[in-house]
Parts: sequence; structure tokens; C-alpha cells
Amino acid sequence: MAAAPKTATFSLNDRGVRAVLYQIITIGSVILVAAYLVSNTMNNLETRQIQTGFGFLSQESGFAIAESLIDYAPSDTYGRAMVVGFLNTVKVSLLGIVLATIIGTVIGVARLSSNWMIAKLMSVYVNLVRNIPVLLQIILWHTVLTNTLPHPRQSISLFDSIFLSKRGFYMPFPVDHLGWTLFLIAIPVAVVIAVMLNKWATRRQEMTGEQFPAILAGIGIVVFLPILAWAVGGAPTAFDVPALKGFNMEGGARVTPEFAAVLIGLTVYTSAFIAEVVRSGILAVSHGQTEAGRSLGLSEGVIMRKIILPQALRVIVPPTTNQYLNLTKNSSLAVAVGYPDLVSTGNTTLNQTGQAIEAILIMMTVYLATSLSTSLFMNWYNKKIQLVER
Amino acid sequence: MSDARTTSRAAPVVQTGPVQWAKENLFNGPVNTALTLISLYVLWLAIPPLVNWALIDAVFTPDPATCKAASGACWGFITEKYRLMLSGTYPYEQQWRPVVAMVVLLGLIGMSMNSRFWNIWLAAYWVVGIVVMGVLMWGGVLGLPYVENAKWGGLPLTLILAVNGIVFSFPLAIALALGRRSNMPAIRAVCVTFIELVRGVPLITVLFMASLMLPLFLPEGMTIDKLLRAQVGIILFTAAYEAEVIRGGLQALPRGQFEAGDSLGLSYWQKTGLIILPQALKLVIPPMVNTFISMFKDTSLVIIIGLFDLLGSVRLAANDPMWRPFYVEGLVFVAVIYFIFCYTIARYSEHVERLARKGERR
Repeated sequence: MAAAPKTATFSLNDRGVRAVLYQIITIGSVILVAAYLVSNTMNNLETRQIQTGFGFLSQESGFAIAESLIDYAPSDTYGRAMVVGFLNTVKVSLLGIVLATIIGTVIGVARLSSNWMIAKLMSVYVNLVRNIPVLLQIILWHTVLTNTLPHPRQSISLFDSIFLSKRGFYMPFPVDHLGWTLFLIAIPVAVVIAVMLNKWATRRQEMTGEQFPAILAGIGIVVFLPILAWAVGGAPTAFDVPALKGFNMEGGARVTPEFAAVLIGLTVYTSAFIAEVVRSGILAVSHGQTEAGRSLGLSEGVIMRKIILPQALRVIVPPTTNQYLNLTKNSSLAVAVGYPDLVSTGNTTLNQTGQAIEAILIMMTVYLATSLSTSLFMNWYNKKIQLVER
Repeated sequence: MSDARTTSRAAPVVQTGPVQWAKENLFNGPVNTALTLISLYVLWLAIPPLVNWALIDAVFTPDPATCKAASGACWGFITEKYRLMLSGTYPYEQQWRPVVAMVVLLGLIGMSMNSRFWNIWLAAYWVVGIVVMGVLMWGGVLGLPYVENAKWGGLPLTLILAVNGIVFSFPLAIALALGRRSNMPAIRAVCVTFIELVRGVPLITVLFMASLMLPLFLPEGMTIDKLLRAQVGIILFTAAYEAEVIRGGLQALPRGQFEAGDSLGLSYWQKTGLIILPQALKLVIPPMVNTFISMFKDTSLVIIIGLFDLLGSVRLAANDPMWRPFYVEGLVFVAVIYFIFCYTIARYSEHVERLARKGERR
């Protein structure tokens, strides 16, 4: 039998025709709404005489920023102020991610402990922390740090060099010197060497069966190589020690209560979520795996490290990525306690210039770019550790 | 030789009782013994000062001078200001109205959580309840003085933002989730763009956008008040997250379900409404509840754009110079309220999950 004759009639009952129609309607209405909003906005901007464009970024900002990773003065531009804010966001997010991962993993493993007390305590921690808004936690930490700690004159001090007061935490900081520069350079170098050593040890074990204490050696390299570099650079021992000058402390390195509150709040909150992710990841590995390890005569530590964790990691990585992204986005709550992050400096810029659209667009674009690049990286990592199946 | 086998042995030691339990769960092995002792020591360090602060040395009378002298917490701040904290700037003599509205809302939520009430009447109760709440909150009829919603605050505001957030974002989320799985590239592109854009930015920037940019989008002369703008922001934000949760449910359904609908000759909407969504939505109840909990917590962000929800009202109360040193006590009070709500919902979600699993067991 011949195929049904093709009819070229245009019918609304045809699925393909309707699909095209729906899509044209959707796109059309999106464009119409967008055009309507844009024309409204143009009118409003004109009647309210608000400037447009990103020219304001090169104007002088005129506001001071309490803490900055790069040189910044009120005479610098709005653009630079935004960069300062972005770097502060990156600083608190990266530190928060590292700390929350460590604390969260420990707590997640501890919740599965056979020790009843430890498991219960950790469960109380997770439930308590998860059910209180992170903004409230950040404000609470900030209030505790600024309300209950003493004035700088009565600061709690240790060895007359570390001070804790409501103005922040002060500690000695090395004076700029070649030795410290080398020290800083040596840390990433040591990490790379340790990773390569570990790879070599794995390959050698696969080829010859001989074991090499790669972890111990790696820790040794990471600890001693920077110290060696520091010694080669002249072993500088000069420290800038903070001291009370008038009503305030001067010198040394300072951790502001704002930064501390944001960091503690984000770390504590996110660690509870990561703990749950880690716990469910470990539970997802069937108990038979542990038993198989035991019947091979492996020690509990080796079973955990070589059998359970690599498999659990596959379950853990995707939701952990989400937690990292959440932490980064939650760092925007810093604006509530006055830590100068991107949203905070962006908000000040917005208030001073009145250019809400541009300022908010910049903030959103930066967060979006950060989120997308993080998830790209984590997707790559995730693909790398996924089980390779036939 | 054979005697050795027949000698009687002592009965085994009793393997029950608190001592045995402690041996098995707290002191099995040197590591666990050490951990138990360390955690006992930490508790010993932490609990007595906390109890001293919160109860023994605490002051419960609303008197700042006594509070300053005492070393413990100043709960007098709460007893003095609890009405401001819970109801915000709502007119003082009218504050029974938000309280009644809140009770109605909590009653409705309670009913919705009980499977006995899961029928068509529940929707009717909700409609009636929402009308009653609207009358109570706004007033202007039945002899109740009108209260503009700029004056709303405290716990009722938090609950209103959260409940409206979940109710109105839900249909939008379903549409977005279906759109993202659609065969039509243009519709898919629109949905994916919206979802990923919203999920990629912090809620606070969405709220800034709603509070500062939305007025610019509207035609001249048309204004929306701040509360509604924040509510719109929360709804759009939640919808994107909910859409992803629903998409998870849609993807978890086996292909056969879709194909069965097709082979019965159902249209797309019949298939989706009668076969796909009922199953997919049931699958995603627990993650939906989690989304609701995080949205409930996120409503606290509206204080950054100047609304006085629960957290904002406490901040307002602590602006009183007399009570400023006791802001921490106010925050602890609010934290307890948030905790009670979120923890209850979380436990409820676990309960529903167990119910759902019970249904699958044969």
C-alpha cells in the first residue's frame, strides 16, 4: 500500500502548525511586554530626569569603605568601589566554602557515629541551625560581637599581641619581606607537588603493588616546603604588633566584627546543610560495601577512605555545589550588618547616583556569572568522578 | 577430654539495662570513650553558663535598670515590647485583628496538614479564610477602621508573605516546569532563561529590583505599594525554585506514563492534568515542603528593603535607646519563633513522606 498522500492543507488541528503558532504567540507576547516595560521606563527616566548609562562608574564615589583587599579611597571611582565590594564578596564566600565544607563533613560523619552522644549532639546542631533564617543568624552574631565584647581599652588580650574587642579581632601580622613572599608562593607549589606525588604513588601501586605513604609525605611537603622557603628568604621574624593608640587599636591585622559575623553566620548555616548532604551520601553506599571491605581484612579507616568515600562522593558532589552557590548568594546578606560586599557597595552607589537599573544590573550580572562559572566547574568535576560505565 | 565439652558454663551476663546500653553506645572502644568524655566536658562548659544566662540570672520584669545590673538575659525586653515585636507598627488598639487573622491562618494551615481534610471543601475554607483575613487586616468595613498595609508588620506579615508566596508561585511553577520540558524550542528557551536567571542571583537583588526598578517599569501615575512589590518579588523567586522541584518529579515518572496517555488519545492538557501532574506532584511533596521552609526563612530578607516583618519589628523595638543593649534577647526570641515554625513543618514533611511510602508498600 502506498503511503498516505501528503496534504498541504493548513489546519489548526495539525500539531506542528499549532506548535509554531504557540511559539510565535509566546515570543511575540514576551517581546511586547518587554517593549512596553522599556518604553515605560524610558518615559519615567525622562520625567524624573534620571541619568542613564554606565558613565557613573568612572565618577568619583566619595564614600569610604571600611575594609578592602585593594587600595581604595573615597576619591576613587564608583567602578573601583564595586570591584572592592566584589573582592570582599569573593573573600568571605571562599573562606566560608572552605570552612563550611570541613565542618559540614565532620558533622555529617559524626551524625553517623556509633557513639550515641556524638550522634545526638550533632543532630541537635543540624536541626537547630537549619531552622533559623541565615539573616537572623548573621545579625545575631554581629549583635553578640558588638554588644557583649568590651571596648578597645578593656580588650581581652593574649600575650599583649592578640586583642579582642567590639572593634574586632587584632593580631600580629608579618612585616612585608622576601621570606614571607616566598612562603606564600611555596604553599600552592607544595600542594601541586603533593597532588602529583599522590598520583604517582597510585600509579606505582597499580603497577607494582608497592605502597607509598603518599598522604603522610604530602602533608610533610605542604608543611615543610613553605617553612624552607621562608628560611631561604632570610627567615624574617619582624611582626607588626597591634597596640592601643588613643581610643582605638592600630597596627597588625584586623578582623572586623562585620566580616566575622558574616563568615560565622554563613559557615554555621551552610555547614548544617553540607552535613546532611554528606550523611545521605554515606548512607547511599550500601552496607555490603563495608562488609566486603571487612571480609578482605581492611582496617576501618581504609574502608572509609578507599571504599565508602569515593562512592559517596558521587552522590555528594551535585547537592554540595548547590550549597556552595547558596552560600555565595547568601553572602549578599552582608549588607544587613554593614560588611562592604558587592550588594552593599552597589546599594550605596545606587543611593548616591540614583541609577537603580544600572547598579542592580551590575550586581545581578556578577552573581549570575559567578553562579554559572561555579556550576560549570563543578559539572566538570562531577563528570570526572562519575562512575565510568560501559 | 570429652569432659571439657560437657562441663556446665555460667549463664551469660545480662545484656540489657542502662549500664549495658552505655557500654554499647557510649564506651565501646577507646576512641568512643574519649569522644564521650570530651563531649560531656564541652556540655559541662556550655550548659551551666547558658542556663545561668537564660534562666537563673535572667530578669523577667520590664525594667532596663534591673536588666543592666543583672548578669543574665533581659527577658523584660520581650515582656515590655512583645506586642510591637509580634504585630509591628499595626495600630496598638487594633492589634487583636492581626492576632485573630493569624489564628485563622494557622487554623487553615493546620487543617491543610491533616489528610482528613483533603477534599474540595478545603479550598472553600481557604477562600473564606482569606476573605476573613483580608477584612480583619485591612478593615474599612463592619465598623473596623481602615489600616493601610504599610502599617502591617510582625509575625502576621511574615506569615502572609510566606503563604501568599507559596500559593501564588505554585501555578507559575507548574507552568514553568511544563514549559521547560516542552517540545517547542521557543517556549523552552523562555522558561529556561527565566528559571536560570532567577536561580543565579540572590533574593536580595530580586527584592531590590522589585522595590526600586518595578516603579520605573510601570506607566506614569500607576503605583504599587512596597509590600505588594516585595510579595511579587518573592513569588517570582520562589516559582523558579519550585519549578525545578516539579521538573524533578516530572523526570522521575517513567516514560510509559506519558506514552499511555498518548495511546489513549488524550490531548496534551488531558494527559498532563489527569495522568502526569497528579503523580509528579505527589512525588515532590517532601522537596516542595523544603522549598516552602526556605522561603519562609527567606521572607526575613524584606527588612533590607524596609518592611517590618518579624525580624524587622524586633529591630524596630531595639531602636528604643533604653532597650538597645538587649537586642540579642529580642533576636533569640524571634529565632525561637522561626525555629518552632520551620521545625514543625520539617517534621510534618517527614510524616507525609512516611505516609506516602506506606501507600506503596504491598
